[in-house]
Amino acid sequence: MELTGAEITVRCLAEEGVEYVFGYPGGAVLNIYDEIYKQDKFKHVLVRHEQAAVHAADGYSRATGRTGVALVTSGPGATNAVTGIATAYMDSIPMVVISGQVPTPAIGMDAFQEVDTVGITRPCVKHNFLVKDIRELASTIKKAFYIASTGRPGPVLVDIPKDVTQFTTEYEYPKSISLRSYNPVTKGHTGQIKRAVQMLLNAKRPMIYAGGGVILSDAAKQLTELARLLGFPCTNTLMGLGGFPASDPLSVGMLGMHGTYEANMAVHHSDVLVAIGARFDDRVIGNPEHFYQEERQIIHIDIDPSSISKRVKVDVPIVGNVPEVLTEMIKLIKASKEKPDQAALKTWLTQIELWRSRDCLKYDRNSDIIKPQFVLEKLHEITGGDAFVTSDVGQHQMWAAQFYKFDKPRRWINSGGLGTMGFGLPAAMGVQLAHPEAMVACVTGEGSIQMNIQELATCKQFNIPIKIILLNNRYLGMVRQWQEFFYGERYAESYMDTLPDFVKLAEAYGHAGRRIDNPAEVEDALKWAFSAEMKDTLVFLDFRTDQTENVYPMIPGGKGLSEMILV
Amino acid sequence: MRHIISLLMENEAGALSRVAGLFSARGYNIESLTVAPTEDETMSRMTIVTRGSDEVIEQITKQLNKLIDTVKVVDLSDGEHIERELMLVKVRAEGEWREEMKRMSDIFRGRIIDVTDKTYTIEMTGAGHKLDAFLEALDKSALLETVRTGASGIGRGERILKS
Repeated sequence: MELTGAEITVRCLAEEGVEYVFGYPGGAVLNIYDEIYKQDKFKHVLVRHEQAAVHAADGYSRATGRTGVALVTSGPGATNAVTGIATAYMDSIPMVVISGQVPTPAIGMDAFQEVDTVGITRPCVKHNFLVKDIRELASTIKKAFYIASTGRPGPVLVDIPKDVTQFTTEYEYPKSISLRSYNPVTKGHTGQIKRAVQMLLNAKRPMIYAGGGVILSDAAKQLTELARLLGFPCTNTLMGLGGFPASDPLSVGMLGMHGTYEANMAVHHSDVLVAIGARFDDRVIGNPEHFYQEERQIIHIDIDPSSISKRVKVDVPIVGNVPEVLTEMIKLIKASKEKPDQAALKTWLTQIELWRSRDCLKYDRNSDIIKPQFVLEKLHEITGGDAFVTSDVGQHQMWAAQFYKFDKPRRWINSGGLGTMGFGLPAAMGVQLAHPEAMVACVTGEGSIQMNIQELATCKQFNIPIKIILLNNRYLGMVRQWQEFFYGERYAESYMDTLPDFVKLAEAYGHAGRRIDNPAEVEDALKWAFSAEMKDTLVFLDFRTDQTENVYPMIPGGKGLSEMILV
Repeated sequence: MRHIISLLMENEAGALSRVAGLFSARGYNIESLTVAPTEDETMSRMTIVTRGSDEVIEQITKQLNKLIDTVKVVDLSDGEHIERELMLVKVRAEGEWREEMKRMSDIFRGRIIDVTDKTYTIEMTGAGHKLDAFLEALDKSALLETVRTGASGIGRGERILKS
């Protein structure tokens, strides 16, 4: 049977089992929207800005592991989506973005709402396609889903000219796909895995450093088993939180620029460091020169060969899918007669406890002003540590990472790589739609929330009852902190003057809100937000927090892991 | 160190810009880049001449491999290989230059492929340094125009780059 390009597009999405498409209509995608109107296989969520469509698809993906889908029109629709695409790219999120394009004869003519979408997005997608021939439409969409979700995942964009959505062709959805130029490795090299296991068994001061790859590949179970089997301490990156339970005694929390003292010191002084689905980025190890000051052997497990030996040299590289490699390692360790040196391990863990006793996350608990850390501790307590927490970018993000102790993967959803302010609210929408019964909190700042505040309307339309935890300090807090530390307290443009009344704003969009000025009211407000009574209501909590609070510990730029500023 | 990297890519629109974009986005050097379809017209063969430390070259080959359209990458500098570049040079060919230019072209095994009263156009192939040497040897005031293709490379003997 012959179908139009628009029908094919919609059929392909249904074939892929897509549940939600986040999008915004426009001229070039009208044919596709017309087909969406006629079908009931998936739901379309109308956002209020294309950036939010991509972030919502991203949040949906992070919370489920499935490929997120966004649909935007040509020109400004596509350019608005770029920040969202780049965000997903930096954090390796599987996603397919479908963009409309002007009709093929108009391409290159500076047509209305024309932009070179494939060109603009090329540096921030895993791959992209311009479909000029309707006969290639179905196979291209199949390829897009395949590429997005395999290997190191990432966003794939499919640009479809309007005339291609009108033309008709015989439709058949390919059952499988194979690309001669794309064959991601999954199984690690057996010899390298053996070497790695031997190195681990000989370690005196071992450290596991686990990143977002553990979350993306659903390897939390294997990671936890490996760490407990060996009795080795584990630190997680910002992207890896929840990959190993924060409540486990072997957890030393997050490492990096705002990581814990114990995590950073332990990584710095380890003799064998095993990096799992992590990439030694600048916010994690700081200056590589300083990282090299201490000698250690490094094992690096990653599905992306280009992540290995990019910033630091490693001794045992293992390219492969994390859960498969870890399963192999666990098997070998169990089969081995050797055990790690228990006396050395005990000394090492004692040393780590000594570092931990510095209590690097301490803050003033007797303050008359609301401390942001306190709000997050209470949020953890009241949600029983079981909420999905999205965040924006800045101080609140770091505090959420430090104080909400994640025991499960896919619960912590933030823009770690690109650092996109405006991510939290739309991402939370995707999370809540994926998990309608779950508690979803969006921890944000008054700077970030205003970058996609229009999505409060989307939340109303689609009954998305997320809880917005605004840590409002009337400053772009992280900018303010850097200005205080490194710019002689010259607070250039970091003060957020003339803020809206957020409670009234939430109410204007049809939601509920409360302003909290006093530490004594914090618990009550959170209880109210997560109460049965408010279960189906979006609640916007505007916490007026301490304006001068800083995120500690902190590794200043260009320094190493052992050079933290502590409270 | 100078490296000559060969790659086979799907002959898709945009493949060249993916490679060029990768080099500029990651700040890698690119001395020359040549590209054309192969005997299998679904594939293009590209030769890139670049410079960098061992670590940088390792990253370059990994990043090239990561491109979805890349079928195969090989650093020809890792083994025995041949490289050739084509150059067209237009020179003055009046008066005393006429004999001199013919002689120079012969010495460097060039071929004069276009002749006017005032100019010769010389075609020359060879490794890049030979072409450099020819330009070096010419009197600059006789040199009117040069155009070079950049290097193409191939492994020696049984060393074959195929999908």
